[in-house]
Amino acid sequence: MSDHIATDLLPSATPVRYLAEDGTTVDGPAGYTLPSVEELRDAHRRMVVGRRFDAQSTALTKQGRLAVYPSSRGQEACQIAAAMVLREDDWLFPTYRDSMAMVSRGMDPVEVLTLLRGDAHCGYDPNAARVAPQCTPLSTQTLHATGLAYALRRNGTDSAVLALIGDGATSEGDFHEALNFAAVFEAPVVFLVQNNKYAISVPLDKQSAAPSLAYKGVGYGVRSEQVDGNDPVAMLAVLHKAFEHARAGAPFLIEAHTYRIEAHTNADDATRYRDSAEVDRWLDADPLARLEKHLRGIGALTDEDVAEAQAEGERLAADLRSRMNADPHLDPMALFDHVYARPTTQLVEQRDLLATELKAQEG
Amino acid sequence: MAATTMAQALNRALRDAMTADERVLVFGEDVGQLGGVFRITDGLTRDFGEQRCFDTPLAESGIVGFALGMAMGGYKPVVEMQFDAFAYPAFEQITSHVAKMRNRTRGHLSVPMVIRVPYAGGIGGVEHHCDSSEAYYVHTPGLKVVSPATVNDAYTLLREAIDDPDPVIFMEPKKLYWSKEDIELRHVDEPLGHAAIRRHGKDATLIAYGPSVPVALQAAAAAAEEGIELEVIDLRSLVPFDDDTVMRSVRRTGRCVVVQEASGFAGFGAEIVARIQERCFHSLAAPVIRVSGFDIPYPPPMLEHSHLPSVDRVLDAVDRLQFTDEPDHRYLTGAHS
Ligand SMILES: Cc1ncc(C[n+]2csc(CCOP(=O)(O)OP(=O)(O)O)c2C)c(N)n1
Repeated sequence: MSDHIATDLLPSATPVRYLAEDGTTVDGPAGYTLPSVEELRDAHRRMVVGRRFDAQSTALTKQGRLAVYPSSRGQEACQIAAAMVLREDDWLFPTYRDSMAMVSRGMDPVEVLTLLRGDAHCGYDPNAARVAPQCTPLSTQTLHATGLAYALRRNGTDSAVLALIGDGATSEGDFHEALNFAAVFEAPVVFLVQNNKYAISVPLDKQSAAPSLAYKGVGYGVRSEQVDGNDPVAMLAVLHKAFEHARAGAPFLIEAHTYRIEAHTNADDATRYRDSAEVDRWLDADPLARLEKHLRGIGALTDEDVAEAQAEGERLAADLRSRMNADPHLDPMALFDHVYARPTTQLVEQRDLLATELKAQEG
Repeated sequence: MAATTMAQALNRALRDAMTADERVLVFGEDVGQLGGVFRITDGLTRDFGEQRCFDTPLAESGIVGFALGMAMGGYKPVVEMQFDAFAYPAFEQITSHVAKMRNRTRGHLSVPMVIRVPYAGGIGGVEHHCDSSEAYYVHTPGLKVVSPATVNDAYTLLREAIDDPDPVIFMEPKKLYWSKEDIELRHVDEPLGHAAIRRHGKDATLIAYGPSVPVALQAAAAAAEEGIELEVIDLRSLVPFDDDTVMRSVRRTGRCVVVQEASGFAGFGAEIVARIQERCFHSLAAPVIRVSGFDIPYPPPMLEHSHLPSVDRVLDAVDRLQFTDEPDHRYLTGAHS
């Protein structure tokens, strides 16, 4: 019996894949519902726009408009599939690297980037967006996602939660506690590990000796799968199935094999720990090019379609540029807001002090 | 009326809060069938069902992070950390997320929850079961920190903590769990942040909280026999801090001793002393003195009596207020020489 259970939980021996790097289809595993051509066209458009957003954000860092930007270039298939499988009432728990998924979910890019610009810790209303604050401490959000998923279920809804996490962060205790809690409480939560091969400079083989990070689900009783994270077809297929499971009360863990094309952030020198030949190999596995080749191959994408998607990306970038080039209005007095529902007398005193200082500076 | 223990008062507070508000959930380690290792959650699973009071996997960070997610989903978790030093695995969740969520999201998300921490010593517990960890929490903006010293406060403060819109670290002095009072427990609907004057006096003010309040009261009783009238303030709430009550008393008495069980160096008592000297300097006839535990890891049970601030140590400090300028390192436990 236990053999049977373990087999059910185990990921496939190789990552699920339906598209080869040249865009031709390959025989993937049975049991998955593949996305429709319409969905794939939508994914293509979103990936083009997402990549443009990412490039613009990187540029804004160079212009000093962002304090830092962790690029997700190369991870578009993961980011876009994450945004696409979510219903409006589902929740997303992103990390600092997942701005692209948030924008693709329909959030205002400027609101998404306030954390990285540095004017607020979270520039949007999480309840309205159904997106948690972007998490900087590693792995802590996986527990929040699990708790909220359990709450949603208890509230009688069939909403589900997607927690995004990096490969390095799977070494943190909270990730393991989250898997365990999710399984024990049958929380409708999907964990998507974007294995982009490095935690800053530390490669995966120094992070984990597991055959796949997806194996980490098995011990907790969490069904798991590994997938080619640069194959948008496979990403959508596996995520859709994962959400079906989650809505039925069985959490799901996915390891997506992908690659971080840029450095960890603009502050990082990636040449110190990886060589350009490796990056070149992964450029050949580019998820966007792969999908484009596929869609063109089956006659589902025209030059006009591509141009249209690019134009949409340009519009987003131009809008982002102009709005980010305006200095945000900052009110230092807001420092004292929302520390407590009601400020303590000590905070009121400190607020008065700052008000006096500010007045003196004006005068 | 039958006497009520502090443990029973806490249990009653949980029951009454759960009855009053369906969103209140109790969970943690061994809180279900067993009723908690100190029996604070006794019978809650039986009476409210497993949906309302349940055991979790053994993982403190998990408990607190999970609770935060549930609070986002509209629930009011009251979680138990089994013992003070075993809450440390949850420290990151508490400081980085529970404390900051309201501020990070500019008021859009609040995570009202109560983290109950049985704390401090005097029960003969072995290593890691007797830490006074309050300073870690009070140093974190966004958290409220309270500690009851009386049976009635155990009830009242826990009800207030559960009603509070902010996360509250609820520090339960273990050695007072079995203290008893003949009292009818009543829900007074007032916000946290009020100290109580437990004994009036004009010669000096003793400031204490949690497990040190009975020590301060005993010291005051002993001093009274020698004709010294000590005022005893029970802070009840460490954050928010009741400057008003403290400063009014010290301005009146001009002398003050702060008693805490925790180690002295950079402890909460240091904050109290600093606040007093900033605000009452001209009213002071003597330096404010701290009486605290030593700056050592919590000692083995058979030695804890040497570490814990005793009535004698408090009385000696009161004597020192009379006051010479000679430095006396005996009571300046915070000073590393
Ligand atoms: C608890 C914690 N420790 C350390 C850091 C510093 N840090 C930021 S990102 C990072 C690497 C994370 O790698 P991974 O989980 O693989 O995600 P990626 O950045 O590759 O998306 C580290 C160590 C942190 N944010 N949080």
